[in-house]
Amino acid sequence: MRTSTTRSAALLAVAALGLSACATGGDSGGSGDAGAGDASSSETNSAEAYEPKEGGAGGEVGVFTWWADGSEKKGLDALTAEFEKQYPNDSFVNLAVAGGAGSNAKAKLASDLENDNPPGSFQGHAGAELTDYIAADQIEPVNDVMAALGGSDVFPQDLLDRLTVEGDIYSIPSNIHRANVVWANPKVLKEAGINEPPADMEAWLADMEKVKESGVKTPLHIGGTWTQVQLFETVLLSDLGPESYNGLFDGSTKWDSEGVKTAVSHYKELLGYANTASDGDDWPPSIDAVYKGDAAYNVMGDWAVAQFTENDATEGEDYTYFPVPGTDGVFDFLADSFTLPKGADNPDGSKDWLMTVGSAEGQLAFNKAKGSIPARTDVAADEFPEYQQSAMEDFQSDTIVSSIAHGAAVPLAWLTDVSSAVAKFYSAQDEEAMVSDLTSAAEKHGQ
Amino acid sequence: MQRPKNWLPGLLMVLPSIILVGIFVYYLIAQNIWTSLNVATRRVVVGGKFEERSIHEGGYRNYTELLGSADYQHALWNLLVLTVVFVVGTMIMGLLWSILLEKGVRGEGVFRSIYLFPMAVSFIAAGVVWRWLLSPAKGEGAAIGLNQLFVKLGLDGLQSSWWSADSRWNMAAMALPAIWQLSGYIMALFLAGFRGIGEDQREAARIDGASEWQVYRHVLFPQLSPIALSALIIVGHMSMKMFDLIYAIAGPNSYTASVPATLMWTQLFAQRDPVAAAVNATIILVIVAVVVVPYLWYTNRTERERG
Repeated sequence: MRTSTTRSAALLAVAALGLSACATGGDSGGSGDAGAGDASSSETNSAEAYEPKEGGAGGEVGVFTWWADGSEKKGLDALTAEFEKQYPNDSFVNLAVAGGAGSNAKAKLASDLENDNPPGSFQGHAGAELTDYIAADQIEPVNDVMAALGGSDVFPQDLLDRLTVEGDIYSIPSNIHRANVVWANPKVLKEAGINEPPADMEAWLADMEKVKESGVKTPLHIGGTWTQVQLFETVLLSDLGPESYNGLFDGSTKWDSEGVKTAVSHYKELLGYANTASDGDDWPPSIDAVYKGDAAYNVMGDWAVAQFTENDATEGEDYTYFPVPGTDGVFDFLADSFTLPKGADNPDGSKDWLMTVGSAEGQLAFNKAKGSIPARTDVAADEFPEYQQSAMEDFQSDTIVSSIAHGAAVPLAWLTDVSSAVAKFYSAQDEEAMVSDLTSAAEKHGQ
Repeated sequence: MQRPKNWLPGLLMVLPSIILVGIFVYYLIAQNIWTSLNVATRRVVVGGKFEERSIHEGGYRNYTELLGSADYQHALWNLLVLTVVFVVGTMIMGLLWSILLEKGVRGEGVFRSIYLFPMAVSFIAAGVVWRWLLSPAKGEGAAIGLNQLFVKLGLDGLQSSWWSADSRWNMAAMALPAIWQLSGYIMALFLAGFRGIGEDQREAARIDGASEWQVYRHVLFPQLSPIALSALIIVGHMSMKMFDLIYAIAGPNSYTASVPATLMWTQLFAQRDPVAAAVNATIILVIVAVVVVPYLWYTNRTERERG
C-alpha cells in the first residue's frame, strides 16, 4: 500500500518535473548535458534523457554495496559526499554488507530481491554477472540516465556494449579495474639478475627459476580460489591472445583447444613456483609477501596499490608492476556499476544516485579514493596518482577483454563451475581433468 | 466424549505449537520436497540476447542428476569422512576425559570447566582461529599456525596441509576443530552417567574380585550405553548438518572442503538454482532421518517397556 502511493506520488512528481524542466531549461546537477540529445548510440534503444529535479527528488536512497572498509569505504564516502552536494534533498542510506569480494553481500542481496524488498540501488560487476539480474527481471533499464549523462560521448563504446542487452543499458559504471597486472619486488628481481619484464609465459617461467635459485623459495605468491582463477585467466589470455580469449565466451574458441591446454600446463608450472594456499585465503597477504621479499611476484588487480600504500611502500623502489607476460597491450577489465532495481521505493532518488555515480565529479572523487580509474573518458588524468594515470592511458589505447574471476566475462553460475575446476586442479594437478571440467562448464552455461 | 473438559484444555494448550510446528516444519518440508521435483528453466543472456534454457527435467531425474554428479559425490564422501572422524574422536576424547575426572582428580571443577569452555565458543569464532591454525603453508618462515609450532619444536615431519591436502581423507583435519569443540560436551554427558551409578555397585564388584578394568567393562559401561547412544546421535546429526565451521575455515564456496550443507549455499546463492538446493536439502534430511528416526523409535519403545 505504502509503496504504491509513494510510487504514484513520485510519478506525479516526475510529470510535474518534466514540465518545469522544459520551462526552465533544466539543470542537471553537474553532468554535462551537451551530448544528451544524440547520446544513444545506434545499438541502444533511444530514451528521453532523465532530468533530475533541482536538488534531487527527495526521500531516502538505500545503496547496497560490499564496500565496508579500507580504500573501498573511503571511495564510497567520497561518492556519498558528492551525492549530498549534488542532490541535497535526497538522503543517502548506507546498506553495505562486509565480506571479501561481496561473497556475503551477494547472498543477502539475492534474498532481498527474491522477497521483493530491493534496495534503492545496488553494486554489481558490470558485464555477464549483471545478466543474472537482468534475465531474472530484477533490474530496470536506465537508458534515460545514460542519455542524460552523455552515453557513448563520455563512456567508451566497448564498455557500453558490455552493459547492453537487447538494446537496453542496465547499469551505470562507476569505476574500472585492471586484472592482468603482475606486482613485483624489484630488489628480489635484481638479486636474481632480472632487469627486464619477461615477454611471454616461457620467459616468465625461466625468470621464476632464476628467482628460486637466488634463494627465494616461493617466487610467485597466490591466495584463495578466486585469486587462482584470476591468475589462470591471465595465463589463458597470454597464451590465447585477446581474440581467442574472447572467443571462449561466445563459443568460437573451444575450451579443449590446444591453446587452452598449453595455458593449463603453463599454469601448472606456475603453481610449482607458488606458495601453499588454502581455498579461503585473502589477497592482502600476497601483496605483503611481495613487499617483504618473501615472494617476487603476485598477480592481482590494481586495487593492490592501496595495500602497498598502506605499507608505506614506494613505487619503483619497493614495488613495481607490469602487465602479465604476453598480455602487453591488453586490458583485462572489470568494472563496478550501479543499478535501478525493479520495484525500488524511490526510483527518482535512485536515478539521482545513478546521475552522481556517472557524473565526472562523482567519478573523480570516488576513483581517487578507491584507487581505480573512472569509467568516463573525460575525467582529467592529472588529478590521479602515477599508477592510475598509466592505467587510464592503457584503458584508452589497449584492447579490452573481460575478466572471468570478477564476473565480467561469465555469469555467476558459470564462474562457480570454473572456480571448482581451478580449486580441484590446485590439489590434484590433473591437466586433463581441468580441461574436461572447463569444457563441460562451457557446454552447460555457454552457447 | 462426554467429558470434554478432560482433554480440551490440554489440547488448547498444545494447539499453538502444533499449528506452528505444522506450518514451519512439516509444511515447509513438504514445500521443499515439492520444489525439488519441479521442472526448472532459466532465462539467460547469451550473446546479448535473452534465451530460455532448461536446467532441470523435473521429477526423480532431479535426484539422479544431482546424485550422479561428481561434485556431489565428492561432497558426500567428504561428509562421510568428516562424520566418522568427528564422531569417533569426540566419543573417545569425551569418554577418556570423563573417566579421568571420575577417578577423582584434584581440582575436578577447574578441569571440567576447561574442557567445557570450547563449547561456549561459536563455531564461527572458533573457525576463524582454526583457519589460521590449519594453514597449509609449510617450512621455516612460511609456516603459520600448527605447522609453525611443529617447525619450532623441530618436528618438521609432522607438518601437514591439513584440510587443503590432496587426499581423499583431507576432511579428517576439518574434524579436529569440531572434536576440540564438542568433546567437553560428551565428557559432561558421560560424567553425569558415571555419577548416576551408585558407589555400592563398584564396591560389590570389587568384593567379588573384579579388577578395575572388569568393573568398567562389566558394571559401568553397560549402564552408560543409553547415554553413549544419545551422544552418538547428537554428535552425528550435528556433523551432518555442519555448515558454519566449514564456512569459517574454508571460506564460502570452497570446493576442497565442500559437504552437502555448504554445497547448498553455493547452489542457492552462487548458482541461483533453488531446485538443486531443494534436492540437496531433501537428501540431507533423509540422511539425518536415517540416523535419527531409528533412535527415536528405539527410545520410544524402551520407555514404553519401562513405563
